Amino acid sequence: MKFLPTSDADRAEMLAAIGVSSVDDLFVSIPASVRQAPSLPPPLSEIEVRRMFGNLAKKNANARETAFFLGAGLYHHYISAIADQMLYRSEWLTAYTPYQPEVSQGTLQSIFEFQTHICLLTGLDVANASLYEGASALVEALLMAERLSKGRTKVVLSQAVHPEYRETVRTYLANLAIEVVEVAVGPDGATDAAALAAEIDEKTFAVAVQSPNFYGIVEDWIAASAAAHAKGALGLAVVAEAASLALLASPGEKGIDIACGEAQSLGVPMHNGGPILGFLACRTAHQRQIPGRLVGQTRDAEGRRAFCLTLSTREQHIRREKATSNICTNQGLMALAANIHMSLLGKHGLREVAQQSHAKAEYLKGRISALPEYRLPYPGPTFNEFLVEGPRAAAPMIAELARRGILAGVPLSRFGAGPVNRFLVAVTEMNTREEMDRLVSALSEIGRER
Amino acid sequence: MSLEVEEKTPVPRDPLDPGPRHEPLVFELSGQGKVGYSLPPLDVPDVTAIPRGLLRPEIAGETEITEVEVARHFTRLSQLNFSIDQGLYPLGSCTMKHNPRINEEMARLAGFAAAHPLAPEEVSQGTLELAWRLEKALIELTGLTRVTLQPSAGAQGELAGILMVRAALAKEGNPRRTVLIPDSAHGTNPASAHFAGYTVRELKSNARGTLDLHVLEEAMTEDVAALMLTVPNTLGIFEDRILEIAEIVHGKGGYLYCDGANFNSFVGIAKPGLMGIDVMHMNLHKTFATPHGGGGPGSGPVAVCEKLVPYLPRPTIERRPDGTYVLDLQRPDSIGRLRTFFGNYGMFVRALAYIVSYGNRIGEVAQGAVLNANYIRARLASLYHLKYDTPTLHEIVFSDKKQVERGVHNVDIGKRLMDYGFHPPTISFPLIVHGALMIEPTETEGRASLDAFIHAMREIAREVEEDPQIVLNAPHTMPVRRVDEVAAARNLVLRWKPGS
Amino acid sequence: MNPEDLHYTKSHEWVRIDGEIGTIGITDHAQKELGEIVYLELPELGHVYDAEAEFGTVESVKAVSELYTPLSGEVVEVNKSAVAQPGIVNDDPYGDGWLIKLKLSSDEEVKRLMSAEDYGEYVQSEEKAK
Repeated sequence: MKFLPTSDADRAEMLAAIGVSSVDDLFVSIPASVRQAPSLPPPLSEIEVRRMFGNLAKKNANARETAFFLGAGLYHHYISAIADQMLYRSEWLTAYTPYQPEVSQGTLQSIFEFQTHICLLTGLDVANASLYEGASALVEALLMAERLSKGRTKVVLSQAVHPEYRETVRTYLANLAIEVVEVAVGPDGATDAAALAAEIDEKTFAVAVQSPNFYGIVEDWIAASAAAHAKGALGLAVVAEAASLALLASPGEKGIDIACGEAQSLGVPMHNGGPILGFLACRTAHQRQIPGRLVGQTRDAEGRRAFCLTLSTREQHIRREKATSNICTNQGLMALAANIHMSLLGKHGLREVAQQSHAKAEYLKGRISALPEYRLPYPGPTFNEFLVEGPRAAAPMIAELARRGILAGVPLSRFGAGPVNRFLVAVTEMNTREEMDRLVSALSEIGRER
Repeated sequence: MSLEVEEKTPVPRDPLDPGPRHEPLVFELSGQGKVGYSLPPLDVPDVTAIPRGLLRPEIAGETEITEVEVARHFTRLSQLNFSIDQGLYPLGSCTMKHNPRINEEMARLAGFAAAHPLAPEEVSQGTLELAWRLEKALIELTGLTRVTLQPSAGAQGELAGILMVRAALAKEGNPRRTVLIPDSAHGTNPASAHFAGYTVRELKSNARGTLDLHVLEEAMTEDVAALMLTVPNTLGIFEDRILEIAEIVHGKGGYLYCDGANFNSFVGIAKPGLMGIDVMHMNLHKTFATPHGGGGPGSGPVAVCEKLVPYLPRPTIERRPDGTYVLDLQRPDSIGRLRTFFGNYGMFVRALAYIVSYGNRIGEVAQGAVLNANYIRARLASLYHLKYDTPTLHEIVFSDKKQVERGVHNVDIGKRLMDYGFHPPTISFPLIVHGALMIEPTETEGRASLDAFIHAMREIAREVEEDPQIVLNAPHTMPVRRVDEVAAARNLVLRWKPGS
Repeated sequence: MNPEDLHYTKSHEWVRIDGEIGTIGITDHAQKELGEIVYLELPELGHVYDAEAEFGTVESVKAVSELYTPLSGEVVEVNKSAVAQPGIVNDDPYGDGWLIKLKLSSDEEVKRLMSAEDYGEYVQSEEKAK
């Protein structure tokens, strides 16, 4: 076995040093009745592994070989070649959590840089080292707000927060005596501001609104933060398409206290849904309640700048049942990928990617809305994704287009959320005008079929 | 490998010398007009159809640098890290073993890395089949009935497992109030039980370092939902009375939860399902060698017995009679979702590639890990205190009891190991061993590297006797000297600021 | 060693009684176990506590510990210099490193607390169990 570097002679000598006659003797504590070898096929060689996985991979439509318009919380943005080549380096790939700062300055400094990028984009003061993904990041943000409130018990959540995020919130909060109230969207597709304000009371510790929201509509976070602050609650911004942060007003500018969500768009491949990259940022006043890992700057014994994990005493492995979060690892390698990506694109590139995505989406939105069989149910402004209503059930139409090499969008029926003839269409800098025109023709054609 | 102490004697450095391995922050490399990207010209009208009040000004402080600088910056930074590919990384309870590179390539195939989980099933049969095959393999290895792959990491797997137990008991009418957890457990166990709404009762380990059956019998009432047991426990000790333990727990209608973080020590040798275990999470990065990546991404699948199947997180992947695969998004009794999409899918690809590469020889993973740990134990037991002399499997927990007499603590021993070319062991865990040094060599170390590590530990024990200062001031040869964690926590600097 | 004029708890707090005011801190043993203290979370003035109630936390780089009131009473003073420079608690746990002052609500409760000698024995027995 090519991963096991012990020769037969070495094994014999090691057993002798231990004082047993066989490796089996080392397993005496495991009762015989529970021992059983698995029924698995013989080992595969690398050639066979390649063949097997190559065959499985071939069966999937992928964004590199199709006209691709899927989003709903996961986006196909370009990632520079150098980013992934860096991730292959052993020193990044095969290291672990930087518990020991003297042998982990690379990982620690990269996380410190990642935290800084997230602060610059969100307009907030402090960001953590990343979280699993967007939905659990929202859960962590809510739990953080609950701790800061010291005794409040209610969350007000916009219904235009991604449905899988909301479902995750329900799973986590089910047993923690927290009431979750949802507020519907108004006719423009944005969260109904009056209804939102009406739901916030003295028991409310947080108000969470997503922008661009699940339907693609750009919301004004000031509505959430102002209404929350009026009742002593915190305003939470949820971001599922982080590329938008380079173009849209930042959560910090809009009075938001905690921003959280999904940063996959900032340099992480879609990976069929994971690993992706949760993030969370807040204001200095709340920094001691921020969940997850955190890297701080300090000095070494010779006075040189150095970095280390800090505030880690709140983590589960030390706090046990008093831990403030269910996060153990962060998404180390994905945070590195995002740091590389954001560093490369920087001030101008991040903006240009956002602007191109937006302009292309506007072009496609205009063309689809001009088709007689289709309409846009919500008139509010959008960033790079929008909701379309078609002539009949969207899922079978989209499946048919997928067979023709066009991944046209995500039907709302997938989430059991809304009319079956509605679907989301997302556009990024990766989409060409030619592809978009091809989608428009295909939609037109399939819309007319009966 | 021979280590001359003279070579390791620290060379005093000029404190004004920034050192050859200091690297500026990426923001400090910035210079106006530099670019690190290129985009095609916009092929549609350049419009901005968003009200002005919803737009931002430029991102003040963001970088302006070239690809050249990015390449050098991240290469230099990487060189400040220690990694498995450089040598033995005996971080106990973390299972730092070789990561096969074929797995990396397979995970990057466009059909996986550029696939979208919301694409129609008709064009996602490969991704669904792969996940289904991984589930089947984990079912075979655990001897349990079904597996959810959704949890993002072990801690989330624990929460999923306990939530399923809660849902099953609630369905019967009473979710119960307490979860029992031995004092040797990972800290994530009590944290997860707490988040599932349970009160934790800690069970004191006996003098062998195992669960005391009398203590369990007394604590196991009909108000106890589950016992969360780490198998083998964090001392590396397999609970040899596991079958009696299961009987006691089941006798009161409770569930036996297994923290399968240490599954790597018996995978392919024994099956949790045969032990009476009802639910168990696994860490793909430990047992199945997905890379640790500097702290994630992890992945924490959970295997369950028949009784818990209705409560699995949504969605599950099912195989139709015609051989096609489909998502079951309904599942009315499901505990719900723990995150978006299917989980850390890229880790599924790597784990399955690892499992098929070993196939029916996967038991050799456990055999190698246990042999290596016991070899280290045998060779170091005379120099380092061993609180429990019970047989151990894949890891060994020494303490600094002998070295403390000379003023040297476990932390210092760990730091000195760096000078000898090794990552420190896990320090101060498990909590039941004061001054713990938890060593897990894994199966991917050969005799030579084990001997070099043993030699280093012996040399350090000698230094503690002869010249403790050299250990107390370690490390001497790393990119930085000992890092002041107290100052970091007292005066929080958590980001770079423009103009600083 | 532990001052004779103080009263001690099993959770390693001490209280000095001066008329109706009780000054509360953590013991020398507690600060040694925690290591260098980096952060203190202390209550606001006017907060009223029962005896053995959690009134704050003390955080070092390796642990966070809850603080418990030895006696019941109302918070009348909080040691702001300890909050600003938590290292004081390490340097002078029985003096400048005090944490809060309570206006005590009962004369009886103090009988439940340990003397310096009893506390010393208690710590020794805890150490042995390790």
